[in-house]
Amino acid sequence: MFPKPIEKSSRQWQIGYQVLLPFAMLLWLAPLIAVALFSIRPDADFSTGNYWGIPSSFEFFTNYGQVINSAMPRYILNSFMITLPTMVGAVALSCMTGFALGVYKFRGNLLIFFMFIAGNFIPFQILMVPVRDLTLDMGLYNTKTGLVLFHIAFQTGFCTLFMRNFIRALPFELIEAARVEGIAEWRIFWYVVLPLMRPAIAALCVLIFTFIWNDYFWAIVLTTGENAQPVTAGITSFNAQFRAMYHLMSAGSLIAALPPVIIFFLLQRHFIAGLTLGAVK
Amino acid sequence: MATTTSSDHHLPKQGWYKRNEIAITPWLFLIPGMLMFAIYVIYPIIQSFNISLYKWNGLGTLADNAKYVGLANYEKLLFRDGKFETALINNLKWLILYLLAIPAGLLIAIFLNQTVRGIRLYKSMFFFPFVISQVVVGLVFTWFYDPQYGLFNGIIGIFGIEPVNILGDRNLATYGVIAAGLWPQTAYCMILYLTGLNAVDPEQVEAARLDGAKGHKMLWYVIIPQLKPATFIAFVVTIIGALRSFDLISVMTNGGPFGKSTLVLSFYMYEKALGEFGLKMGYAAAIAVVLFLIMLVFIGYFLWSMYQDEKAAKH
Repeated sequence: MFPKPIEKSSRQWQIGYQVLLPFAMLLWLAPLIAVALFSIRPDADFSTGNYWGIPSSFEFFTNYGQVINSAMPRYILNSFMITLPTMVGAVALSCMTGFALGVYKFRGNLLIFFMFIAGNFIPFQILMVPVRDLTLDMGLYNTKTGLVLFHIAFQTGFCTLFMRNFIRALPFELIEAARVEGIAEWRIFWYVVLPLMRPAIAALCVLIFTFIWNDYFWAIVLTTGENAQPVTAGITSFNAQFRAMYHLMSAGSLIAALPPVIIFFLLQRHFIAGLTLGAVK
Repeated sequence: MATTTSSDHHLPKQGWYKRNEIAITPWLFLIPGMLMFAIYVIYPIIQSFNISLYKWNGLGTLADNAKYVGLANYEKLLFRDGKFETALINNLKWLILYLLAIPAGLLIAIFLNQTVRGIRLYKSMFFFPFVISQVVVGLVFTWFYDPQYGLFNGIIGIFGIEPVNILGDRNLATYGVIAAGLWPQTAYCMILYLTGLNAVDPEQVEAARLDGAKGHKMLWYVIIPQLKPATFIAFVVTIIGALRSFDLISVMTNGGPFGKSTLVLSFYMYEKALGEFGLKMGYAAAIAVVLFLIMLVFIGYFLWSMYQDEKAAKH
């Protein structure tokens, strides 16, 4: 193990390390903690210049209550209605593409695989004008569906990379044994491979949820109004409405960031498995 | 149905599909994904190249409402556009400074790779910034830098330094935004290295220890070579993150101050197409093409590396 386990060093080092940990963490998260402290201050503290002292009163419920009474819940609902279908769609499509590319040997296999990977690395801007046009032509501009369709297509690239590598690592003998039994290929997919892909599916779901929830670029390119915009884009209008009311703006920002954070803490293991692209075990 | 290759001879009664099942199935599974990808990714790339040769305000169709101008957009971009130059230089700053996330992530990973009580929670908390959207990171740092009430100026004030308006300073603003970006990116690299450190072969470490290797020598000659897969991914995601930087600039400075100080190609492109004085679709597409070509160098290298791995895996 590297570095040397701290238990094997002197008592002073061990205590020093234990003391250093919380300090390092507070320093690392300081910008965020500052915002969290803003969000429970009363409005008056900002006008009297009491930014860093003890709050003159704790206004957690007033501040967050006002956020809940704004358009924020609407934006958050939109975010869910964009994120969840994308998650299902992209994972479903990539289970299939990953199966095709991971199990079968055929001409062009690696070429198609690399096309998916390359597409996943490109800058969004090269797609912006044509995709916006396409969405307008389909009558899906400023709708959640328009955003979902694009996200599914784009995320399929990343998900295919992940799924294909995962399937490659499965024991191929299982598939061969099924073939010898004369089981149809699509049944092999459904009954043999898919159940084994559960960890990969879980990892991708968590990851795609976070990616799509946090998307901002496509949200402002493909939607404009309250009826379709997700919370990343909505927070800007929220902030415009409560300009210079820092206690509300910080409360709003924290609420907007919350769902992926909850998912992360609940499903950490899957999240990290996904982030390392399955390449670092 | 008279396909009679030699292998089919002993299966005369099965249908055409059954006989070709292994050859056809992968394509059936690929069609939905490939179709979506072709419509929303591959074809738009080609279209952007095409649009970049026109002067077009985005209304109507390209054929009816646009004027073909050949390479004029590129000519203007490369030789007569000061903003483009600034954006390009800023992109370079992003690329170089963003790479700091890799050693920083490694350092934090080494710091946290212990088994004391509560360490899992600490690891999660250090990873935390990556889970938050860049929009919120941008807001958090905008407030952090605020000259009046920001924590940053509060801290440097303790050391008697006058408040600095980082995001309002034409020379500092880009660095301020990059620092905000490094926060989540370092967290990402950290988690890659934490998983990597877990996989380091303990026997090799022990053997090296017996040979008297320790500290930075051990790190450099024994650990880092074993972390190569993690480093590769960290490199890929950091380069891509640097060239994609958009959200932070949009939220923190909107390309400013002074109209261009923090511009990068991705934001400049958006500004030309959909910004205040926008609707220059052809020109915007040309910027996107330049960005795409820069990225293509890196994508080419990444794919080449992956291809080498694929070849090695076959043997």
